[in-house]
Amino acid sequence: MAEIRNYTMNFGPQHPAAHGVLRLILELDGETVVRADPHVGLLHRATEKLAESKPFNHSIGYMDRLDYVSMMCNEHAYVRAIENLLGVEVPERAQYIRTLFDEITRLLNHLMWIGANALDLGAMTVFLYAFREREQLMDCYEAVSGARLHATYYRPGGVYRDLPEVMPKIAESRWRKGKDLKRSNAWREGSLLDFIEQFAVDFDSKVDDYETLLTDNRIWKQRTVGIGAVSPERALQLGFTGPMLRGSGVEWDLRKHQPYAKYADVDFDIVVGLNGDCYDRYLVRVEEMRQSNRIIKQCVNWLRSNSGPVMPKNFKIVPPSREQMKSDMEATIHHFKLFTEGYCVPEGETYAAVEAPKGEFGCYLISDGANKPFRVHLRAPGFAHLSAMNEMIKGHMLGDVPAIIGTQDIVFGEVDR
Amino acid sequence: MDMQSLMTLLLTVGKILLIVVPLILTVAYYTYAERKVIGYMQSRLGPNRVGPWGLLQPFADVFKLLFKEIVLPSSANKFLFYLAPVLSLAPALAAWAVVPFDDWLVLADIDASLLYVLALTSMGVYGVIVAGWASNSKYAFLGAMRSAAQIVSYEIAMGFALVGVIIVAGSINLREIVLAQQGGFFDWFWLPLLPLFMIYFISGVAETNRAPFDVAEGESEIVAGFHVEYAGAAFAVFFLAEYANMILIAALTALMFTGGWLSPFENVPILGNTFIAQPHLLWFLGKMFFFMFLFLWFRATFPRYRYDQIMRLGWKVFIPITIVWLIAAAVFVLLGWVEQGV
Repeated sequence: MAEIRNYTMNFGPQHPAAHGVLRLILELDGETVVRADPHVGLLHRATEKLAESKPFNHSIGYMDRLDYVSMMCNEHAYVRAIENLLGVEVPERAQYIRTLFDEITRLLNHLMWIGANALDLGAMTVFLYAFREREQLMDCYEAVSGARLHATYYRPGGVYRDLPEVMPKIAESRWRKGKDLKRSNAWREGSLLDFIEQFAVDFDSKVDDYETLLTDNRIWKQRTVGIGAVSPERALQLGFTGPMLRGSGVEWDLRKHQPYAKYADVDFDIVVGLNGDCYDRYLVRVEEMRQSNRIIKQCVNWLRSNSGPVMPKNFKIVPPSREQMKSDMEATIHHFKLFTEGYCVPEGETYAAVEAPKGEFGCYLISDGANKPFRVHLRAPGFAHLSAMNEMIKGHMLGDVPAIIGTQDIVFGEVDR
Repeated sequence: MDMQSLMTLLLTVGKILLIVVPLILTVAYYTYAERKVIGYMQSRLGPNRVGPWGLLQPFADVFKLLFKEIVLPSSANKFLFYLAPVLSLAPALAAWAVVPFDDWLVLADIDASLLYVLALTSMGVYGVIVAGWASNSKYAFLGAMRSAAQIVSYEIAMGFALVGVIIVAGSINLREIVLAQQGGFFDWFWLPLLPLFMIYFISGVAETNRAPFDVAEGESEIVAGFHVEYAGAAFAVFFLAEYANMILIAALTALMFTGGWLSPFENVPILGNTFIAQPHLLWFLGKMFFFMFLFLWFRATFPRYRYDQIMRLGWKVFIPITIVWLIAAAVFVLLGWVEQGV
């Protein structure tokens, strides 16, 4: 009798559910996955090495491009590492702005995730609903930084500039005019904070919409309950962080356990799951969106009633204002020095981590006292999660592969770096 | 060939064209409607660039596909590769021969038209299997395997549902099945055969490989399943077959369970003999469009089943229910609760 062999299949890198450039070599026994071998590196851009050849500030923009759906959180880890070494104090208002935008980023990421995960399992509508809300949040990014994705908004010492007093409006065009335009601009009459507040008030009902389509849907449950279950012990051993760890029932959140920015001063709850399967991780992330919304509301309230600087007045690391440069020679010199050679960071090493939407995003930074980092290492949560791919998929069916890729919320920008 | 038979031939060809041309146009605008309807369900606009309100979009798509090259994958079986689209389109169109649009408007009023339809709708799967086999691609092969297993299991539930219709109608002729439903909304077969009605339609969705049963195409798992290697006109033919099949399932559901061209207000005294109480082709089309809309609605709402879950649903849920309801239907008829037609 002929020997029956398993079937090897290439899943990606050109595949609609590969989330970018994931290449999985699947060994299939019929439809059952016997082994999954993830291949990484197709999106490698040598971010860490590039950062070693540039003044510190020049690499902030690279951080956006790591996990390109949670941009500002990556920046946050990097600038916190620099701040640690420099020993600068971040003004309170800047810390609130960072908290606010970290949470906006979390919403951006989780909206992307809920859309992609649902789309991978065939529920197309959630994806477009989620992108409708993402659009509003991207406008917030654009209002503060001028860019919708790669903001480069956080700087060592604070943030690039204060929140704008006026929320930019959508201009009239052939496609958007009259009533339609008025509706699109309804929230944009006031400042950025007004806009964010309107969004936050409305957002819970939007999450309800997604939940209506998914949470109690029998097919959704059949596709996610019991799929890719990871025990809490194993999750810790595998180096899971973020919702992947909390989905397994481990209560661990850097925002609570090692607070940074203003997380110690705002109210929110850590969301944990029970069974560690795809459905629990789904519930955790959905509830995290509601918690993020809670934090956003608190930050908006604080920022409304308190004003102050968003950057320290230390011209060795922060450029002086344009007006000052017109009349003050020293300011001009500072400006010239900062924008040509940057600043030198005292010798030392540090590790700074933030609770990025996907998990612990950390930056390990060594400085030899020069104006460039000696070594930058970035700890991306997705890498650890992807390493568990084989373990999570084994024994499930081919149709569960997209479910598990979706629940891992993989983004190759950060895995390959 | 004498004059008489030539005339018959020409007349038949004319009649066939009268069915096929509107059918293909319906397919074209069904794709447009799909994109518009799902677009509005997903708070976006759908096609709106080609022609007024995007109405010429289907033609733009057709011409794009026709002008594209049909790529033959290396070491694919050339004959089977080109045969497969034809195999899937032919039954989808041929089944329309026996579909009565009105009491007299039918191409071939044969006695066993229901059996004919059942036979032809089962034929469509061969196109899918052959396409998956001939493509020499692992994705396509998996798609074909899934499709074969799925269609075989849903065929049974579908067949049993139709047996219920036959029991109640007392006929296997589609026209007579419709006529057996005379009497208004509550005399149609959907009421006594409610579970069979739902199972028939759901099996129909599964049979046409539409969401949430679209595992044979399984976008996110096996890319496009059985037609992953097809491009250009060959792909267009698969596309046409899929939509023609959807319309066929909608038409059959309208005929067998919701009274075809009969008016729902037939015996409402106030309406008397006014137009809306009369049977008309428009009633049939209206019902058909309603079921066609359901296909789109499902697609916008549900996640996709997994392959083994579809099997479980078919074998462990649908088939037992249909068997039980077959007996129930027979008992209804015996006890005289449901009047056997004709």
